Amino acid sequence: MQSSSEINTISKRAARAVGYSWGVAEEVGKCISSIEMFGISGVENLNNYFKTIKDIEPEGPKQIEKNNKLNDKSLCPIYTGLKLIDNYKSVDRIKALTFINLDYPLLLLPFVNKLSYLIGKRIEISIDDMNVECNLNICVLADHQIKSLIIKKANTVTINILENEDSFSNKTWNELYKMSTETFVEETELSKQTGAGAGLRDND
Amino acid sequence: MKIEIQHRDPNQIMKLSRLGCFHQSKLSFLRSFIREFKDWKFKNELFELNEEGYGTAVYSVSQNDRTYSLVCFANTLDDSERSDRVIATKWDAAFVIHDGLPSKNDIQRLRENVPKQEVGRCSFKELALSRANRSVRIFNHVIDSLSNGKQPDKKLLTEVGYLYRTTAVYGSGKFGLADRYRIKDRPEINGPFRIEMMLVYLVRQFTFDQVNHIAHKKNPNKSVKLDLELSRQIGIGNSTGLGMAPFIINHPTLLHQWIYVREEALKQIREIKNVKKNEIEIFKKFLQLSKKNINNWNTDSEFQNIKITQLKEDIKKFEKYYLCNIIFNKEYFWNEMYQWVEKYLTHEGVEYVVSLMMEPYDNIINLLVPQMSSDEDQYFDIPTNRSTDQLKSSIEKSYPNIIKMDFSADKSNENFWYISKNKEEPRLASRFNEPGAELEQPLAIARDIKELHIRLSSYNNEELSIFLEENSDLRHVVRRCHIVEKLPYAEIQDNSIGSELMPIDMLRLKLSFFGAQKFDPRSDKWLRICMYQGAPLMHEINKSNDTWIYN
Repeated sequence: MQSSSEINTISKRAARAVGYSWGVAEEVGKCISSIEMFGISGVENLNNYFKTIKDIEPEGPKQIEKNNKLNDKSLCPIYTGLKLIDNYKSVDRIKALTFINLDYPLLLLPFVNKLSYLIGKRIEISIDDMNVECNLNICVLADHQIKSLIIKKANTVTINILENEDSFSNKTWNELYKMSTETFVEETELSKQTGAGAGLRDND
Repeated sequence: MKIEIQHRDPNQIMKLSRLGCFHQSKLSFLRSFIREFKDWKFKNELFELNEEGYGTAVYSVSQNDRTYSLVCFANTLDDSERSDRVIATKWDAAFVIHDGLPSKNDIQRLRENVPKQEVGRCSFKELALSRANRSVRIFNHVIDSLSNGKQPDKKLLTEVGYLYRTTAVYGSGKFGLADRYRIKDRPEINGPFRIEMMLVYLVRQFTFDQVNHIAHKKNPNKSVKLDLELSRQIGIGNSTGLGMAPFIINHPTLLHQWIYVREEALKQIREIKNVKKNEIEIFKKFLQLSKKNINNWNTDSEFQNIKITQLKEDIKKFEKYYLCNIIFNKEYFWNEMYQWVEKYLTHEGVEYVVSLMMEPYDNIINLLVPQMSSDEDQYFDIPTNRSTDQLKSSIEKSYPNIIKMDFSADKSNENFWYISKNKEEPRLASRFNEPGAELEQPLAIARDIKELHIRLSSYNNEELSIFLEENSDLRHVVRRCHIVEKLPYAEIQDNSIGSELMPIDMLRLKLSFFGAQKFDPRSDKWLRICMYQGAPLMHEINKSNDTWIYN
């Protein structure tokens, strides 16, 4: 088994070898080792992608917008991913983004996971008909099937920033809270008189 | 009134000529390993060597439910095949640290892989990998002497200092070894290179057991065991080349932690108002004892001999003009002494005294050692919401000397760092005389910072994301600028590709933190050192004190 450190180093060097700058290659190394830890085929997808770009100049969107596509070629998942994390504030404002014609879309996942961490919100991604959720760079929730896939191209990738909202009702919360109070002890008069701050007026 | 001492200026301390004068100290990893593990149980679990000393041995280190094991494979090696160079493919012995006690299956698996080193594979159950060659001259002399019932020549042994030289010690995910994240939360290895230091310590014991075994098999009736006092004076040698140099550039946050902790220790010591007489006596005692190490420091390197001579002269001057005139009751004794040393001694002498100043202060050092690790991921992200102006002024503050450097001259660009194809190891080559500069590693930090500063001048307070989009080739140094802003000792404030570069300074910096002694440069690109000379033996480690390095 290759260690995470080996995956990082080899992915970084390979990225440099196919023409990315060292700084971008460093990001690639980190991303591929992180996605492999979630069990997604980062190395397989990266290897396949790098084989396809030997004779073309990969490109990301010029700037991040609601709808992103290039006229004459497909989007590079690495430059697109970098654009997302470098412009995370704009992405958070736009909230829902679409990418048309994106090569090797699984390579976008670690960038989106990082994006989720940077803006502090969960993000839902749809890669054509598959759904994945990124959770603050802590985990990637994906259908088990996606883990072994090599996806050459996605016609449409959508990214939805999920607002930080509870997944439960107020009623449920109150019921649970009430149960939790059963661990508390009633204060005695003595403790009220002698506890911290006793005897002071707080509106002084 | 209490005085507050500032940390020393990174722009002075982080020059290579200064870093190349660092010496071992109480912070060094060899010493902190022994302090941490002295209460653990060390045991020889397996010793299956044939009459000539070839075979397998296992040593364990355990406490409560935790066990680490060194698995040793000693192999036959023709003299013509013995090479310390990293391009070698066979060694006298190969070693691995296994997490737990290895099963028979584990040992068989390791036997098939560990002697092959880089072309073998380890698993996440292994933590460090190494190999070593005998010092043939010493090894044969020791065997001959012991098998004839005599102890070997003490002078010769002390002079060389080791029976075996390691030629590489690998850890942290190399060749399938466990990644650091798998074990980083274990308190006993919450310090850099703990596992690697453990490996070297246990290898040292193996070398003693092996020579005793061979001598006994050679002459069972007459042989004697290597004297324990002599054994203590034998360490493990190490041949180190350029592989170690880029490490300190590639791990800026870790470099910061090492230097910062050293600077913080110095600061705290200089801030002691009332220094006790016995603390000064401890300092003086170890200064005296350490002179033995300096006097036994033998090298053919002219470069190193000049530095040793400087150091000897510094110590003489320090004793004659400062230590003889000490007034004990003076407040802030250490601070005053440091100021004198900084004024009158060379960098060799200053850094030597700084190391010795730590000796009386377990209370300060023991709290600082756990800070010598780093979570590199924490500093990886570039804060792209900042502006180009902010980055530019940050560079002017963090790299004042570097932005004044002139990279238009060939001599400033003389070298380039690359990874060799045959052994995947870092190398340095002349940009104008050797091929491969287009595959240069991103280690020319000063040149790239200077270029970054120039390019930023044409931006007017724009978002960094825009700059990065248009200057992707400088992304790696934009990241570093933000690291150095937070961690001022993270960067070497020098040109790592200029014609005056002495890579040996980078090696010495790292090895001083390891706790190595007797730096013996064999060229400006590689050196030999000795580790654990004077250290307690395995059976007595629990009785050891922290001053063994001066034995």
